[in-house]
Amino acid sequence: MNHMPRLNRRAFVIGGAALGSGLALGLDIPFGGPAVVRAADGSPEVNAWVVIRPDDTVVIRIARSEMGQGTLTGLAQLVAEELECDWSKVTTEYPTPGQNVARKRAWGDFSTGGSRGIRASTEYVRKGGATARIMLIQAAANTWKVPASECTAADSIITHTPSGRTTTYGKVAEAAGKIEPPADVKLKDPKDWKLIGKGVKRLDTADKTTGKMMYGIDVKLPGMLNAAIKACPVFGGKVKSYDEAKIANMKGVKKVVKVEDYAVAVVADTWWHAKTALEALPIVWDEGANAKVSSASIAKWLEEGLDPSQQAFVGNENGDVKTALAGAAKKVEAIYSYPYQNHATMEPLNATALYTADKCEVWCGTQNGEAAFAATVEVSGLPAEKCDVYKQMLGGGFGRRGNTDYVRQAVAIAKQMPGTPIKLLWSREEDMQHGAYHPITQCKMTAGFDADNNLTALHMRISGQSILFSLRPDALVNGKDPATFQGLNPSGETAFGYSVPNLLIDHSMRNPHVPPGFWRGVNVNHNAIYVECFMDELALSVGQDPLEFRRKLMTKHPKHLAVLNAVAEKIGWGKPAPQGVYRGIAQHMGFGSYVAGAAEISVTDGNKIKVHRIVAATDPGYAVNPAQIERQVAGSFVYGLSGLFYGGCTVKDGRIEQANFDSYNSMRIAEMPKVEAILMPSGGFWGGVGEPTICVAAPAVLNAYFAATGKRIRSVPLRDQNITFA
Amino acid sequence: MGFAMANLTINGKSINVDVEPDTPLLWAIRENVGLTGTKYGCGIAQCGACTVHVDGVAMRSCGVTVSEAAGKQITTIEGLAGNGALHKVQQAWINNDVPQCGYCQSGMIMAVAALLKDNPKPTDQDIDDAITNICRCGTFQQVREAIHAAANA
Repeated sequence: MNHMPRLNRRAFVIGGAALGSGLALGLDIPFGGPAVVRAADGSPEVNAWVVIRPDDTVVIRIARSEMGQGTLTGLAQLVAEELECDWSKVTTEYPTPGQNVARKRAWGDFSTGGSRGIRASTEYVRKGGATARIMLIQAAANTWKVPASECTAADSIITHTPSGRTTTYGKVAEAAGKIEPPADVKLKDPKDWKLIGKGVKRLDTADKTTGKMMYGIDVKLPGMLNAAIKACPVFGGKVKSYDEAKIANMKGVKKVVKVEDYAVAVVADTWWHAKTALEALPIVWDEGANAKVSSASIAKWLEEGLDPSQQAFVGNENGDVKTALAGAAKKVEAIYSYPYQNHATMEPLNATALYTADKCEVWCGTQNGEAAFAATVEVSGLPAEKCDVYKQMLGGGFGRRGNTDYVRQAVAIAKQMPGTPIKLLWSREEDMQHGAYHPITQCKMTAGFDADNNLTALHMRISGQSILFSLRPDALVNGKDPATFQGLNPSGETAFGYSVPNLLIDHSMRNPHVPPGFWRGVNVNHNAIYVECFMDELALSVGQDPLEFRRKLMTKHPKHLAVLNAVAEKIGWGKPAPQGVYRGIAQHMGFGSYVAGAAEISVTDGNKIKVHRIVAATDPGYAVNPAQIERQVAGSFVYGLSGLFYGGCTVKDGRIEQANFDSYNSMRIAEMPKVEAILMPSGGFWGGVGEPTICVAAPAVLNAYFAATGKRIRSVPLRDQNITFA
Repeated sequence: MGFAMANLTINGKSINVDVEPDTPLLWAIRENVGLTGTKYGCGIAQCGACTVHVDGVAMRSCGVTVSEAAGKQITTIEGLAGNGALHKVQQAWINNDVPQCGYCQSGMIMAVAALLKDNPKPTDQDIDDAITNICRCGTFQQVREAIHAAANA
């Protein structure tokens, strides 16, 4: 067995698709051949993706994590489509990251972020299903001593067509597991899909209605103790000292431990005891160099980056913006900003770890099992073959659970108490104040028109934080963070939807000490506001309708235009709105999908917004489960509008001020607009759905707010401008 | 070492718990009784993930102490289904495919079950007024549909 290569832990966050070779060190477990590989319950594996029990239950292995987005069900549909199994008999299970390593990454990438869960897996999981089907048919044909070409499979039943004999998958699975897998398989033509494209119900619902579903927070192990943790409130600060004698006699307290150099944890019989004692523990922090940083000082630094003379990375450029702006008949300028935002997953971060001298095991919800595994290996100091991670249902992820800070902490605590399982749970306050925040940016938009009111130049200068700089520096390209330009690129899966003769989109990178993270939608959230609100400002400046103004710039971007037209038609753009109701519109592209939104709102007293209705169109290429996509669209608007209205984390004395849902609010059902999702898959590509649509809600609402009030809002959240939900 | 022993009646069973009387009911349910369907979300009665019924009233169990709950009938999500049959709210949740991550849904379902007990046919406005649980996945559209479906079941 090889040793786990020493890897930069930062390389193991959510986007770590390139890790494969580093982790593929494994055991050589044969697929097929004489030895049948068995699942834990003894049932035979047909291959890595498919286990079939004697009672015909089909167990489909899922590598990506389910966090509510429906990936578990969608991936199972992809496998089952090619497997030709009985969908009513399908269940799922997660292979562990340790098994993936041991089997040379038989299940590929575990990373679940960037709306990649389905779209980056489609080819190999369908092949997994198709390969298993061929092996099952071959096994039946062998039994009957007939050519496999005379047999067909449907609904888990194999039929020998000439004789009419039938058998089931469950009866031949054992034999199928011994058959050499076919070298290559042909996948179905999309027109022949029966299950892909069907809005089947989720596979994981029942236990979520009875309290039986196991989340990380629910893990119970014999002899387990509970830990509460407090990290230095100033990011980058350290523990100087703490006085554990003060809490030694408090109820249930077992031990106080330092966690790496920046946090202290109290371990107790119950978490309530641990938390209560931690609050009473005197801790002295070395707050370090960032203890004076404030929102104002960050804003000032970012503002300096808006000056065109400041060095900037170019993301998209054509023509000569400088000359065109200098010669413009009319110029329009506006400065926008977007704040830090916390993910606030409903389930606070947690992980349970058991460390002994020769084994380290972790139970947790994670968006990247392999990253959690690598963190476990690194912090435990044990070789990879002595570690594993058991994934639990995630009580929300939204990008936060791609980081492994909480896993590292749990292992670091458990390592100081060998043989005792430790469940580490963050309080909501810890979660709010030690997030991986939506990056903070400002943006200066500058446009030039010719004498005939044609848009001739557009300069978009983004100033602010890069996520990749902090989390995946390996992914920077000559210092540039390509992810900054989501939805702004010249082409590709996050392409800008407008043609402007002279265009410059650039980024003055400024990285404050507050740690950034991938927050559902990532950079499209602010980019869409900057571009789409400014498009409305430009239309207004030349007295044109916002939709017609956009259309003229979108003739070379038919898929962007198609979703925009779809929402415009459905919302009734150009037709009278109900009395007192105003409309706004926006479009963007992200994660391989084209999205557009239109909002209908009313405003009372100038500052109370009722969002009545949002129409949203998505073209994700292929749609695996339309019912779940509709839910992702509606749900992402709750996340996006919560961000617009309430989502701002401010910095004072180097730390985040908001501590719980009383100061960092989230939308309730009363504030929920009716969401009408238009799903228009145009085929030929696989786009994501968990994230892209989120970004059009805010600009559509802000544009409607302008239509209603004549006031242009250029910063988020509305909370800080005394604007609320009605 | 025994603390002030409290007697709780949870899902019809009488249970002695060895906790301080000011322990939040949430943590007694989760850690001492071992019923983990009731979730921790905020600890300050904001999010509703920990909603249980106390004498038939939906309450946020993080804001109720064990001493306040003693002697009262407490129902958790595990006790909502009766005689092996799911509660009509649970059934509506399944029929309408409501949960996404599901973490808030125990509390959401308990809040809705209490609403329907008092108000069997709530209007949208009634729902807006009564259901104030946070769901970060954003299942509200399906929650509303499922409440109406359960009311008509």
